[in-house]
Amino acid sequence: MREVKEQGSGGGAHGTPAQPDTSHGDQGPILSLRNATKAFGAVHALEDVSLDLRGGEVHALVGENGAGKSTLVKIIGGVHQPDRGTLTIGGRDVVLAGPGDARDAGVAIIYQEPTLFPDLSVAENVFIGRQPVHGGRRIDHGAMQSRARALFESLGVHVDPDRVARGLSIAEQQIVEIAKALSLDAKVVVMDEPTAALSAHEVARLFGVVDSLREHGAAVVFISHRLEEVFAVSQRVTVLRDGRLVLSQELKGLTAGDLVRAMVGRDLAERQHQHHDRGELVLRVEQLARAGTFEDISFAVHAGEIVALAGLVGAGRSEVARAVFGIDPFDSGAVHVAERPIRRNSPAAAMAAGVAFVPEDRRQQGLVMDMSIAQNVALASLHRLSHFGLIMGSAELRFASEWGERLQLKYGRLSNPVTSLSGGNQQKVVLAKWLSRTPSLMIVDEPTRGIDVATKAEVHRILVELAHSGVAVLVISSELPEVLALADRILVMREGRIVAEVAREDASEEKIITAATGQAEVPAAVEAGSA
Amino acid sequence: MSGAADMAPASDLASRRRLVDFVLRARTFGIVAVLALLVLVATLIQARFLDKANVSFILSQASLYALVAIGEAMVIITRNVDLSVGSVCGISAYLSAHLFAQHPGIAIPLVFLAGLVIGLISGVLTGAIVAICRVPSLVVTLAMLYAIRGIDTVIVGPGQVLASTEPTAFLNIPTAAVLGVPDVAIVVTVLVAIAAYYMHSFRSGRDLYAIGSDPQAARLAGIPIAKRVFTAFVISGACAGLAGALWASEYATIDSTAANGLELQIVAAVVIGGVAIFGGSGSVVGAALGALLLQAINSALNVTGVLPTTWTEGITGFLMLVAITMDRGIQLRVSTALRRRRVRLGA
Repeated sequence: MREVKEQGSGGGAHGTPAQPDTSHGDQGPILSLRNATKAFGAVHALEDVSLDLRGGEVHALVGENGAGKSTLVKIIGGVHQPDRGTLTIGGRDVVLAGPGDARDAGVAIIYQEPTLFPDLSVAENVFIGRQPVHGGRRIDHGAMQSRARALFESLGVHVDPDRVARGLSIAEQQIVEIAKALSLDAKVVVMDEPTAALSAHEVARLFGVVDSLREHGAAVVFISHRLEEVFAVSQRVTVLRDGRLVLSQELKGLTAGDLVRAMVGRDLAERQHQHHDRGELVLRVEQLARAGTFEDISFAVHAGEIVALAGLVGAGRSEVARAVFGIDPFDSGAVHVAERPIRRNSPAAAMAAGVAFVPEDRRQQGLVMDMSIAQNVALASLHRLSHFGLIMGSAELRFASEWGERLQLKYGRLSNPVTSLSGGNQQKVVLAKWLSRTPSLMIVDEPTRGIDVATKAEVHRILVELAHSGVAVLVISSELPEVLALADRILVMREGRIVAEVAREDASEEKIITAATGQAEVPAAVEAGSA
Repeated sequence: MSGAADMAPASDLASRRRLVDFVLRARTFGIVAVLALLVLVATLIQARFLDKANVSFILSQASLYALVAIGEAMVIITRNVDLSVGSVCGISAYLSAHLFAQHPGIAIPLVFLAGLVIGLISGVLTGAIVAICRVPSLVVTLAMLYAIRGIDTVIVGPGQVLASTEPTAFLNIPTAAVLGVPDVAIVVTVLVAIAAYYMHSFRSGRDLYAIGSDPQAARLAGIPIAKRVFTAFVISGACAGLAGALWASEYATIDSTAANGLELQIVAAVVIGGVAIFGGSGSVVGAALGALLLQAINSALNVTGVLPTTWTEGITGFLMLVAITMDRGIQLRVSTALRRRRVRLGA
C-alpha cells in the first residue's frame, strides 16, 4: 500500500513503505522521538521522554491531566520545539519548525479542541492549504467538494461540504478534523481525546476509522481517558506521569488496574487538612441543568468545609461552577446561598450574596494584566477604598500590602505590573482580591495549575485556613493529589452528571479515576480489553 | 436524548443549504438593492441624476475609491487594517504629478508607474513591520498615516502642483470613455475581477480568509501567515499608490492635503460592502460596490439638492451601522439555523 502519489508529502515520504518490508525481521518505527525534554519557564512539561511509533499499530498515550500528553503531541505536531531530544520520521532526523513541516512530513494531528475556520466551508476546512488544483494553480472547487463528500461517505457521516463551519457541533467539528487527517494520507495520525465529545455510536464509527488507518499501515496515536477504549483499539501503550515516561510496552498482558497504578503511582501529597465540624449550610444547588452541558446537579457546601469537584476535562465541572456564580446561564434548577435563592445569570447577585469566584484562567479572567499588583488586589474592594468615587492610591497600596503580607506574596514593589509576578504569586493576588471581600463561599477553579510545588503548598494552606475560618470552599481540580489533600468531600462528575460522592475517609485515586472514567470495576475493563 | 439515529431528512438538509446560500448572497444583493433604490429615488426627484455626464462622473470617482478598496479589503479580510492609504495616495499624487514639471514631456504611463512604485515601497515597509515584527496593524498604519503625511508636508511645503504643468491628455483620463463608460471604470472593474478571482480560486487567496477567520487555527494548519499578511499590505500600498496618480489626473491641483482622510472613507466603503471588520469573510467585489454606493449617495445629494451635501458623512455613518447590524444578525441566524441540524453517524 504505498499511497505516495498525493502531493504535499514532501520530506520523508519515501523510504518507509508501510507494509512490512523486512530487512530486519521487525519493522523500524515510522516516527521515533528520543529523549525529548520541554520546559515552560520553571515547569518541566516533559522530561527525557522517548517514543517509537510503528506502522500498522495503534499506540495509546495515557496519563493524568498535566502528565505531559498534550506537550508530547505538540512536539510531534511541530507546534512546540523540544528543548532537548531528537525526532526521526521515516528514518531521517527532522526538525519541525512549525505545524506545516509536520504536515509535510506526513503527520496529522487531531487536536482536543478542534481548530476550524468558522467562515470557510467545511470542504475548504478539510483541504485548506492543499486544495485540489487544476490547470496549474487554480483551485478546483468541484473536485474539492466531491472529494470532501467522498471522505465523509467513507466515514459514514453526513456533513454538507458546502456549508460554513460556523455553528457545527463539537462532534461535527471533530469529524471534520478526522476527515482532514484522512485527506492527508498521513503516515502518523495523532488523536488527542477524539472521543471526549462523541456519543457511543459515534465512538464505534471512529474505531472503525482507526482500524482502517492501521490496516493501511499508518501509525496511530490514541489519547483517551477512557481506559476501556484504550483496550478496545490499541496494541501498545505509553503511560506518562509528571512529564516522565513510566511505562511503554505492548498492551497485551496488561490490565486496566496496571495502567491506573502506573498513572497514579506517586507519593500522595501530604494531607494537610484536619477534619473539623461542618458549620451551617452555605450553598445548596438543586437540580441544576443546562442542555448539552450538565444535568441533575444537586449538592451542598457547608461553612468550614472544602468540597471538591473532580472529573475529567470536559466533564462539566467548570461549567457548573460558572453557572453557580452566574457567569453562564442554566436552563432549570436553583442555586441557594444561605437558604436564599440567588438570581440566575448574574455575577453581581452572586457577589452580593457573598460568593467569590477564582476562575481557571487567571491570565484571561482573574487578573487585569496591564494593572499593578496593588490595583489588582484592590479591584474587588474599590467601594471601600474610594471617597466620593475617587480611588485613593495610598489606601489602595496600604490595603494591598496588608493582604500581600497575609498571603506571603513575593513581590518587588506593589506598583509593579502584575505580570512581573510568577504564576503562583499571580494566583495569590487573585485569591487576595476575593478574600478581601470576606466571602461566605469561595469557588476556586484549578487553583494551582501551572504553579511550582512550593507555592502550590502555600495556596493549599491558604484554602485550608480559609475553611477553618468558616468559609465554605468549592474547589475544582484535575489533579487528584490536590483533591485528596484538600477536600472533605469529593463529588465526581462524568459527562455532565455527578456520578459519585466520596467522603474523605474513603477517598483514593483509584476510586476517583474509576468513577470519572466510568468503569464499573477494574476487572470488567480487563475483559473488554482481551475481547 | 442522545438519539443516535435521527438523521436530518434530505429535504430538510437541502432547504437549510438553500437558506445559507441565500443569506450569503443576500449580503451582496443588499448593496445592489440599496444602490438601485437610491438611483430610482434620485432620478425621480431630479432626472438629471441619470445624465450621461453625471453617471460618468460617479463611475470615475467611484473607480478611484474602489481601486483603494481592493487592497484595503484584502488587508481587512486578514483581520488587519491599513490606515495609511490616504497618506500614501496623497504623497503619490503629489510626487507623480510633480514629474511633469521636473521632466516635461514624460510619458503618462511612466507617471502611473511612479505612483505604483511609491505605493509598493510604502506597502513593503508597512507589511514588513506588521508581519515580521508582529506589531498590531492598527498602530503601525496609524503611525504610517502621520509619518507619510508629514513627509508629504515637508516636501510640498506651501507649494502645489498646478494644472498648467500637466498635459491635457493626463487631465482627460478621468473623462475618457468608451460608449459612455469611463476607461478608468473599465480598468478598475478588470482589476476588481482579477482580485476577486485570486481570492476565490488560489490557495494563497484562500489563506487570507483563513488567517482572518482564526489566526490560531491558521498557524496550526501551517499557513505562512507572515508572508500572506505582508503580501496583502504590499497590494494595499500598490493600490493606494496607483490611485494617487489617478487622483492627480482627477483633481489636477495637488497640495500636501490631497486625499486627507481618505483612509476612513475607504474602510467605511469596505465594511458597508460586507467585509467583516474582524476578517474572514466578505469580498473584493462587495468592497468595490460599497465604494460605488458611497459615491452615488454623494452625487445624489449634490444633484437632487434635497439635503445639503453636508449630510454625506451622517448618511455614511448610518449606512455602516445598518451594514454591521445586519451582518451580525445574519451571522447569528445562520449559526442557529445550522446548529439545529446535527450530524449523526450511520443510519
